[in-house]
Amino acid sequence: MTDPIENRNWTRLDKQTIQAEMDVVKVRQLVRYHAKEIGLGIVDQTRITTAASELFRNMFLYAEGGDVLMDAGIYNDHKAFIITCIDRGPGIEDIEMAMKDGYSTGDGMGYGLPGSKRLVDDFYIESTVNQGTTVRIMKWI
Amino acid sequence: MLQEKRIPIIKIGDYLIVSIQVDMHDKLAIQLQSQILESIEKTGAKGVLIDISVLEMVDSFIGRMLSGMASMAAIMDAAVVIVGMQPAVAITLVELGLEMPGVDTALNMEKGIEMLNRRIRQINE
Repeated sequence: MTDPIENRNWTRLDKQTIQAEMDVVKVRQLVRYHAKEIGLGIVDQTRITTAASELFRNMFLYAEGGDVLMDAGIYNDHKAFIITCIDRGPGIEDIEMAMKDGYSTGDGMGYGLPGSKRLVDDFYIESTVNQGTTVRIMKWI
Repeated sequence: MLQEKRIPIIKIGDYLIVSIQVDMHDKLAIQLQSQILESIEKTGAKGVLIDISVLEMVDSFIGRMLSGMASMAAIMDAAVVIVGMQPAVAITLVELGLEMPGVDTALNMEKGIEMLNRRIRQINE
């Protein structure tokens, strides 16, 4: 793994679990709260909250939920707000396909991953079939 | 734990007014969609104004729900106007890549009503 998912020097702001549909709403509201606290402007708050909402829905729909970590830290010389979504779902067979607009294997609209990527400053995904998927998004502060 | 808050739909003249005051989870969004379509059928409303000024984010699911509802309402001879979208939400929707075909938007309720009045006049002429 060339890109470490977590950095020990980051400050953990929150850790949440997505299990039920209501958790998607609750945890995205927490994302908004921390984004605001950390000093992101209103548009960036909205971008990261929307991007996170897409990822949370994916976790709920395809992986029966998962964990969400929220951190503040430095990445590539940028001060960043970092959200990491970890699930133990079926994994993604073809990540390249999954990153294409309009591609969906299930009930989703196919905007989840590519849309989320467009809204953030850094996007990292790794997935192993039958083991799970981890997606990490960042917004520079 | 799942609280089912129903979003009220108010009828004024030929229009239905829906003011979304909560951050909707997906089921609530779907429920609202069918609730509005049922109300159109029941009341014969010619227009629907949906106020989303309180919504702090519209993701792909809610966006699709809104545009889907506009298409379905059009088939039922009613126009849908989305009212009061926050600028940050509008910016994010465009960046997300979500086009909402058939969805008309207005800055506020008053402009939304004017839009519907104009449209209905045009149809009647």
